[in-house]
Amino acid sequence: MAWSATSPGANQPDNTAFTQQRLPAWQPLLSAGIVLPLFFCVGLAFIGLGLGLYYTSNGIKELEYDYTGDPGTGNCSVCAAAGERVAPPPANCTCQWCFSLSELFQGPVFLYYELSNFYQNNRRYVVSRDDAQLSGLASALRHPTNECAPYQRSPAGVPIAPCGAIANSLFNDSFKLLHQRLPGGAYVEVPLDRTGIAWWTDYHVKFHNPEPINGSLKLAFYGTAKPPNWPRPAYDLSPDPNNTGFVNQDFVVWMRTAALPTFRKLYARIRHGNYSAGLPRGAYCVNITYNYPVLAFDGHKRLIFSSISWMGGKNPFLGVAYLTFGSLCIVTGFVMLVVYIRHQDENGEDEDE
Amino acid sequence: MGRDGGARRKETTAGEGNQGREEPRRLRQQRHRRRRESKTRTVRSNLLPPPGGGEPDVTAKGAPHRWRRNQGSSQYLADNRLKTTKYTVLSFLPKNLFEQFHRLANVYFVLIALFNFVPVLNAFQPELALAPVLFILAVTAIKDLWEDYSRHRSDHEINHMDCLVYCRDEKKFVNRYWKEVRVGDFVQLRCNEIIPADILLLSSSDPDGLCHIETANLDGETNLKQRQVVREFLELDAEFNPLKFTSIIECEKPNNDLSRFRGYIIHENGKKAALYKENLLLRGCTIRNTEEVTGIVIYAGHETKALLNNSGPRYKRSKLERQMNMDVLWCVLILTVMCLFSAVGHGLWVWQYGERKKPLFDVPESDGSYLSPVLAAVYLFLTMIIVLQVLIPISLYVSIEIVKICQVFFIHQDKELYDEETDSKLQCRALNITEDLGQIQYIFSDKTGTLTENKMVFRRCTVSGIEYSHDANARRIAMYQEADSEEEEVVPKGGTLSQRGSIGSHQSVKIVHRTQSTKSHRRTGSRAEAKRASILSKHTAFSSPMEKDITPDPKLFEKVNECARCLEIMRNQEKSLSHLTPELADIFDFFIALTICNTVVVTAPNQPRHKVRVRFELKSPVKTIEDFIRRFTPSRLTSGSNSGSSSSLSTNKSTHKTGSSFLSTLSTESTLLKLEARLTHSSPKMNNNGYGVQPGGGWTTENSLKEGELRYEAESPDEAALVYAARAYNCSLVGRLPDQVSVELPYLGRLTFELLHTLGFDSIRKRMSVVIRHPLTDEINVYTKGADSVMMDLLLPCSADDSRGKHQKKIQSKTQNYLNLYAVDGLRTLCIAKKVLSKEEYACWLQRHLEAESSLENRDELLFQSAIRLETNLHLLGATGIEDRLQDGVPETIANLRQAGLQIWVLTGDKQETAVNIAYACKLLDHDEEIITLNAESQETCAALLEQCLYYVETKFSSEVKKSLGKVNIGFTSLHPPSSSATTCPNLGLVIDGKTLAYALDRTLEDKFLSLARRCRSVLCCRSTPLQKSMVVKLVRNKLKAMTLAIGDGANDVSMIQVADVGVGISGQEGMQAVMASDFAVPRFRQLEKLLLVHGHWCYSRLANMVLYFFYKNAMFVALLFWYQFYCGFSGSSMIDQWFLIFFNLLFSSLPQLITGVLDKDVPAEILVAVPQLYKSGQNMEEYQPYMFWMNMIDAAYQSLVCFFIPYFAYRDSDVDIFSWGTVIMTIALFTIILHLGIETKTWTWLHWTACGFSILLFFIVALVYNASCSTCFPPSNPYWTMQKLMGDPMFYLTTIISSVVALLPRFLYRTFQGTLFPTQLQLGRQLARWAPKKFNVPKDTISQPHPAGEQELQSSALKGSHNSGSPPQDHFPLASQSELPPASVTESKSEQRTPNVNVQSLNDTMMDSLRGHSPVPQRPEGAIQEGPSGDSEGESSTREVSPLSSILDLPDFSLLNWISSTPLFNEFGRAFRLSQSSLQTDMLGGTFLSVGSQLDQDLKGFKRETSDCFQEKVKGTAAVCHNSENLETTFL
Repeated sequence: MAWSATSPGANQPDNTAFTQQRLPAWQPLLSAGIVLPLFFCVGLAFIGLGLGLYYTSNGIKELEYDYTGDPGTGNCSVCAAAGERVAPPPANCTCQWCFSLSELFQGPVFLYYELSNFYQNNRRYVVSRDDAQLSGLASALRHPTNECAPYQRSPAGVPIAPCGAIANSLFNDSFKLLHQRLPGGAYVEVPLDRTGIAWWTDYHVKFHNPEPINGSLKLAFYGTAKPPNWPRPAYDLSPDPNNTGFVNQDFVVWMRTAALPTFRKLYARIRHGNYSAGLPRGAYCVNITYNYPVLAFDGHKRLIFSSISWMGGKNPFLGVAYLTFGSLCIVTGFVMLVVYIRHQDENGEDEDE
Repeated sequence: MGRDGGARRKETTAGEGNQGREEPRRLRQQRHRRRRESKTRTVRSNLLPPPGGGEPDVTAKGAPHRWRRNQGSSQYLADNRLKTTKYTVLSFLPKNLFEQFHRLANVYFVLIALFNFVPVLNAFQPELALAPVLFILAVTAIKDLWEDYSRHRSDHEINHMDCLVYCRDEKKFVNRYWKEVRVGDFVQLRCNEIIPADILLLSSSDPDGLCHIETANLDGETNLKQRQVVREFLELDAEFNPLKFTSIIECEKPNNDLSRFRGYIIHENGKKAALYKENLLLRGCTIRNTEEVTGIVIYAGHETKALLNNSGPRYKRSKLERQMNMDVLWCVLILTVMCLFSAVGHGLWVWQYGERKKPLFDVPESDGSYLSPVLAAVYLFLTMIIVLQVLIPISLYVSIEIVKICQVFFIHQDKELYDEETDSKLQCRALNITEDLGQIQYIFSDKTGTLTENKMVFRRCTVSGIEYSHDANARRIAMYQEADSEEEEVVPKGGTLSQRGSIGSHQSVKIVHRTQSTKSHRRTGSRAEAKRASILSKHTAFSSPMEKDITPDPKLFEKVNECARCLEIMRNQEKSLSHLTPELADIFDFFIALTICNTVVVTAPNQPRHKVRVRFELKSPVKTIEDFIRRFTPSRLTSGSNSGSSSSLSTNKSTHKTGSSFLSTLSTESTLLKLEARLTHSSPKMNNNGYGVQPGGGWTTENSLKEGELRYEAESPDEAALVYAARAYNCSLVGRLPDQVSVELPYLGRLTFELLHTLGFDSIRKRMSVVIRHPLTDEINVYTKGADSVMMDLLLPCSADDSRGKHQKKIQSKTQNYLNLYAVDGLRTLCIAKKVLSKEEYACWLQRHLEAESSLENRDELLFQSAIRLETNLHLLGATGIEDRLQDGVPETIANLRQAGLQIWVLTGDKQETAVNIAYACKLLDHDEEIITLNAESQETCAALLEQCLYYVETKFSSEVKKSLGKVNIGFTSLHPPSSSATTCPNLGLVIDGKTLAYALDRTLEDKFLSLARRCRSVLCCRSTPLQKSMVVKLVRNKLKAMTLAIGDGANDVSMIQVADVGVGISGQEGMQAVMASDFAVPRFRQLEKLLLVHGHWCYSRLANMVLYFFYKNAMFVALLFWYQFYCGFSGSSMIDQWFLIFFNLLFSSLPQLITGVLDKDVPAEILVAVPQLYKSGQNMEEYQPYMFWMNMIDAAYQSLVCFFIPYFAYRDSDVDIFSWGTVIMTIALFTIILHLGIETKTWTWLHWTACGFSILLFFIVALVYNASCSTCFPPSNPYWTMQKLMGDPMFYLTTIISSVVALLPRFLYRTFQGTLFPTQLQLGRQLARWAPKKFNVPKDTISQPHPAGEQELQSSALKGSHNSGSPPQDHFPLASQSELPPASVTESKSEQRTPNVNVQSLNDTMMDSLRGHSPVPQRPEGAIQEGPSGDSEGESSTREVSPLSSILDLPDFSLLNWISSTPLFNEFGRAFRLSQSSLQTDMLGGTFLSVGSQLDQDLKGFKRETSDCFQEKVKGTAAVCHNSENLETTFL
């Protein structure tokens, strides 16, 4: 029973462009002629970008060493073999990687460690953390979230700080870089800048130690247990008060879980003293404190020295992709041109009418 | 206290009492259970104490006691409170949720959200996962709530309207709210008030106990209807006193049949009297022309017929949605496969680490144990379902609903679908099948009122075998037709309005506010009133001057006058009327029959009391008649003494006679002289101009005043047309009362006929009769008016012996001839007949009729039988031809719809000839079309006929295929099986009549019928009943699996409208029943074109594209997550932040697709109308075919691969963290998805730009805000400062750019190449609009350029060729040039028709015609066509007919055609080519078929007679083929 009852003419629809669906409109028609210039433009632009990216990437130097210690590969295999047997690897098994640079390794140089086959993005692993606890919230410190289970509480029921699987699996190899300026000369330790390797916001905003009690961080952590895999509690991570507890740079870096099973994490930057311009010529040795077991899951550990550019680390992929795709566009453009010309012939007759 | 008295009601009944004992026990038990469903209800006055004892609940006065008042009575009886709301405050939440969970998708999503609460599975934060589901549910709930609230508001408004209810305490009528009215209350209504409930009329201020109501609110009919006071109460001397009402009313249970009400009133003395629908005032109607009425409430509130009839909007599931649901299932399957794959992968991943040493990143259970690989896999399966749930688009259903609402809005708003004349626009009553409009394959149309105006104009008549052609009248109508376009409405509107206004003045304001009584539409009263007024002024009473001002035929006019003069003389000389010559007597009776054999109500607008005054005039002299009638009139024979009736009849005879003659002399004498004077005046006047004499124009001033203002309100326009026609001959109906009709006649003055019976029209009998007592002869006459098919059989068989019989027979055959002629002219024919009953015959019939009338059980059936008994042995008086004009633009619309690939079937109740001719007029049938006519008398003949026709069609078909194989690409047509058969044999039309249809619809024959019918270009079913109509629709719908649309305007189309996939009602003149049943209601038929071709197409293409896009979008997004599983050990981890994941669909990607879904136009409206072929894309589901879903899935897979792996490689050896990387991917995905939409979007308005821009902007804003809002929240991603950091990194942008571009390249390329190399029809359409944008704008111009001279020569030679093939009537030209245009040229001819350039137009029309070979070619006066080279002899003509086409095809200059014909769209061009060839082969079956050269218009009639034993196929235009077959019969005559 629908009456449309109004005064005469009141039912008349509004005659507006909108209601009559006559809004001014652009009606692109995808045809060869129109997209032709587009393809050439995009192609050229991409090739340009690609060249830029490619050369930038090529300019980046990388030095990589796998120190996992597969049996029979260098001295790290001893440590690796040792680590296989005991659950918490024996402390301070060290091994060494030596290399020499024949020319200056252009700085600033970043030292990364890379783990492969390490599924930091495993769903149950990713969620196993308590951000509230890490932000220094006192209540969360003693009452970690359930997400952390089974690393929520120690078997004694004491809350673990920092809780969770991510924290528990903290990477704990350490590296020292020694430089032999002259052949046969003494090895000088290259200063590694271990500050500022984490995101500024992580270090300053997200991660906070619990309020120290009487100036003691240890007291603040009183009543919590260390994660089972850790050799020492959080407040003991580093003697530097600004780098210990939850705000330890390595810890902060580690807590930012990687996207892919093969990932790098920044270990240090080399930018101090004589090494601000990069690593000069000479022989170098990295002293590796081998703690972290990866052979159990066929993982690999690598050390990488890399210079850096505006586009980050060395990665030729993007440049190549741009180049390839740019060329593809040009080729397609030519195909389009052929199509267009042929089509034009057919159409020409129409237009001539 | 009356209201508290309680409506005592028992649902026990007479039926129960009477039949109970005979019923078997089992039945009785059933009946016991269904006690509530027993057949009757009993109503007694609320003012009386209840039958069971005292007054239990006479307590709180005034306060409505809804529940208490029915204590004591066993059942709850609906009160008058209107409650259309679904929910209460308390029940809203549970009820609404319950309803929403009926949708499976909602259950699915809630289930998934609940999965999140299982700790082992949780992929997302449980609360967050609930958010989208809750959002969707909330949106729907809010929508429902709002709807319910507006219903509540309108209910409240209506419930609180006032009316007068009798109060026992105050002993008078007091004001009450509507909602307080109870069954059994006495209600008093004043003029112009709206009736609050269904009320039995007990008293009226009208002296005749009449009451007029207007039912426009109920059924849209604006004519006034009479209602009568229950008879026993009519005789009450004193004013009706409710307190004294002690009768009990037993009536039917509430039902929704507006046209039926049956019951008894049982008086205290035990007397029973029947109640009819004439006694019932229906809720929602308005009292008119009656000062005051009182009645008792029978049905209240939701039990009123008005509300029972209001079923509300309908919900259908569209074809597209069905298809979509199929694909949703596919998505579920894909999801399952993905999850299974992941589960297995995860199991293997876990397994590879073995039992010995778990890696650091494998997190054990909280108890420190590790899951076994199998268990881990099982858990992961469920987790993956949660993670990948987005694949099943949660917002799809909501989005579709939103889009459809917007589409409906736009359809509503289209000003081309607005009809100024009626101030009505299109109504969408079904909100969710808009896209079905774009996929219709079959249109089933009613004829009358749908194709035609339903404005009946008296055109010509035959009396006594002599035809009066009314040439002047024809000219007049023609003039109106021309003038019509300029000034549609010349109707005087002042009269009605002021009259009604003045009557209602004492009540005015309040009443005005009541006008919109019943719920559903709340509008302010004043607007409603204005609307009503406009309706009244515009279409009431069929009162346009065209219908009213009939120009009399001078010959007939002379005869009428002569006849009247004779009668007058004879009466004065007291001679018997039988001295009149038979012809004159027939003429006299003919006009009497026209005048009184109807149900027309006479109103005089300016004189509301006019009727009463007439009554008074009559009353004094005819007092004796009154007495006589009282005893005589059957309905008042309460005692049922039939023997007495005939005797009383004779005794009163003399008094009656004197009375009536006295009366007539009185009124005529004075005007006699003036009459004669007028006559001499009028004749020349009439001859001078076509408009001629105004009826009663030369009457005395006094009379003319009165006459001119009489308005006839008829239930069907035919009746009014006939009454107006009679008035043109000065036989004017001046008054109608239930028991008498007054007629003003020339010379004789006013005659009053006693109306003994009216046997109303019904579609089975197809006739109506009145039984009257003739005042002059005192005979009892039966005048019958009806369809000639039934009437001719009822005529008195005339013996061939005596001369009278022979004469009569001759008259009959002549009349039949003329009837056929009328039908050929497309007129509606009616036969008028008469029968004289002897008193004894009458008494005999009367007795049985009374029995029938008073029976409660199957009264309808008995009355029907009774009517049949009466209507026999009739004497034929004459026949009339009424013209029903085609609506504007019908032929064009039909032609366009047909080009759009729609098969149009016309199902009409009209007779075959009329239907066929209307079909020709509206170009449904074409003159060069071969018509197969199926008329069979029995099942066997029908079967044989069908067999024969099928054989014929098939041989024709196959031979044509053979012939055309070399030239036409058949492969294309075979792609579309439903249309292929129709297009390969397109010049076939099927005409079938109702009887044959009944046989053909039989289960055994329906397949044959269907396979024949689908080969025909058009099908015309005549004389079909409403049931047959719906059966035909059902047949096509079910067997051919085709999308059907039924369009009609009347109650007889309702069933067909309901059965069809899409039902369209014409909101025209014939009431609202069709509209009520329809999904869409349009004011005019021609608007169907825009509705289907433009809106239907748009809605379909928009929705199809949106749905496909939806699937793509979600698949693409989900695939990203799936690829990631390969890099996270299938652990169900997601790199995209869960907030983004959850809100991706709702926030970031929803708006652009909604805007595109609502606003995108693939092809502009002008092109869609100009190139109807584009509609086929919808029919063939080209926008959304099953493979497209998979194409989109593949594209989605590709795109997601690109969007995943480019960032993967770009970030591979970096220290990127999971959620930064995920954000990059998310950004890429969003860009890709929106740009993808950009590629698919065809029309960019600022809204599209804004929506896309807004979405991207919104993402960045939300991301930035979200990533800055909380440093420790939103575990596990904790995305603090992620976006900020990313945006400072050039890699982010570089990756985003290349990924999006690479991802979109294939689709972009595909679209480009497709657009260039093999454009679809739609793309061509768009190109068309682009190439000639101006040409398609308002002055629609031709696409093609003027043709060079060389072509002109070809044209004109072709023209010459066609000239030779026949000279068809010129007036057929505009129609002929429209039909059956080869599609390719349609583009042109359509546009050219609108071009001002006549030169080009005629040229092209000529060309078209030559293409078709035989079609009529106009001789254009412009001289634009130069004479071509002469020398085309007749022999050559046939070859020349074909040659122009091929030469055109070869013409390099005819580029558009060339271009067009190179594309599939216009492949049919080739088909046209073949057509023209095939039509040359019409006599190929020469052995069996005999070729008869005939011009249909002239020879049809004779032809039919000649072939009275044959089944016919006529090839229109050139030849008619008739196949003689002995076992077949025709029912043509």
